[in-house]
Amino acid sequence: MKKTPLYDRHVALGAKIIDFGGWDMPVQYSNVIEEHHATRTKAGLFDICHMGEIEVKGPQAFELLQWVLSRNIEGQAIGQIKLSVMTNEKGGIIDDVTVYRLGEERYLIVTNAGTKDKDLSWIETQRKARGLARVEVLDNSDRTGKIDLQGPLSEEILQKLASDDLSSLHFYHAEDTRVMKIPALVSRSGYTGENGFEIYTENRRIGEIWDKLLAIGTGLGLKPVGLGARDTLRLEAGMMLYGNDMDETITPLEVVYGWVTNLEKDFVGSTALRKLKEMGLARKLVGFEMEDRGIARHGYKVFKDATEVGVVTSGTYTPTLQKAVGMAFVPVAASRPGTDIFIQIRDHQARARIVELPFYRRQK
Amino acid sequence: MSKPNPADRKYSKEHEWAMDEGAGTIRMGITDHAQELLTDIVFVELPAIGKKVKQMEPMAVVESVKSVSDVFSPVSGEVIEVNKELEEHPEVVNEDAFGKGWIAKLKMDDPAELNNLMDAARYTEMIKEEKH
Repeated sequence: MKKTPLYDRHVALGAKIIDFGGWDMPVQYSNVIEEHHATRTKAGLFDICHMGEIEVKGPQAFELLQWVLSRNIEGQAIGQIKLSVMTNEKGGIIDDVTVYRLGEERYLIVTNAGTKDKDLSWIETQRKARGLARVEVLDNSDRTGKIDLQGPLSEEILQKLASDDLSSLHFYHAEDTRVMKIPALVSRSGYTGENGFEIYTENRRIGEIWDKLLAIGTGLGLKPVGLGARDTLRLEAGMMLYGNDMDETITPLEVVYGWVTNLEKDFVGSTALRKLKEMGLARKLVGFEMEDRGIARHGYKVFKDATEVGVVTSGTYTPTLQKAVGMAFVPVAASRPGTDIFIQIRDHQARARIVELPFYRRQK
Repeated sequence: MSKPNPADRKYSKEHEWAMDEGAGTIRMGITDHAQELLTDIVFVELPAIGKKVKQMEPMAVVESVKSVSDVFSPVSGEVIEVNKELEEHPEVVNEDAFGKGWIAKLKMDDPAELNNLMDAARYTEMIKEEKH
């Protein structure tokens, strides 16, 4: 099992540790609901060192990425971030990633933890197949440490340690700065639906920043947050989780990633996706709220008119909304908000209603 | 730290308690140690009144934000009352697992089955060993 450089700190904080994609990760420190509320109302600190960082650089970096990413990255400014997926020839999702343009010919692809190796070899395979010799694909994951600081007080807390004025850093933008005088890449982005930051630095220095943020933030209500609350936060915000809500058998058009898929350009999978769009989709990922008592969970079956029609991909009790919600695949014909579906929970079927995503939107 | 396990009841190895209420009935719930392991309980699925269960068969479900756990019946018998309060306030199990957080009352098929359960001292010993 792999451990992040912060592992010993999690154990010292009394965290419960679970296996997540081959990594020993904290699922909760105190309890999921408290950590969730801390992030929504004050601030939460997350160990994200397990995620992958792939650097793509050289004169043909743009050309390679334009081919492997579904998103059109033409016009992406230096410092700007774009969310995208990578698809295989059939249009199935290999991973969902954030793409940072760091320089004229330099990009950083941030991948999910369990998919990094496969992403890396996929990009390398495509590089060779396209005969692109003037671009390098580098795995920076092992030497990169990453923590997320999320929540309404995150800016106030991070500003105490950052060299540059964070108020001028826009949403989905990144800048090279210093945190406690340590060179770091900081972006205004995250996976919680709150204002917040993702902080990247050298693996061996990340612990110093983690410790200092906790030291200065705890009095303001900052808490370390485990994967349990990370999951409830992202689900409330209508964000999907790779491996849970999507995988290689699912296309971006069927989930909430149509908007990051540009079928005007050519990329791996674009031909298949155009065809699929033309033929019409069979299923769609939707959000739902439970109307009857019960909590839908990943893998539970979805029924409509006594026929099995789909499956729940994510489901939980959400601490902010204090109700049970989830995401499920349903036939397109039954995907309209307001439609009732039934979810098999153990020996009974419970009524749920399809609703618009996200479930939660922060007040600005 | 969990609360001490009261000596006025019996315990199962699956972390349920059963308190003899006389006339062949018991009141049951999960232990404080169990609620501590589960942390934030957000849903309790109560058994139907009249449901017949065998000793150590699943009879109810307790869910935290991240987990779904069966609750096993400490005795064989019939469910005669359930704690409706838990439908609206499942967190009561976290707050008071041995008291207000009780789950159901059962009429026992065979009161001798209580002898298959542990007393408080043995249960306390068992959870101490689990931690090592």
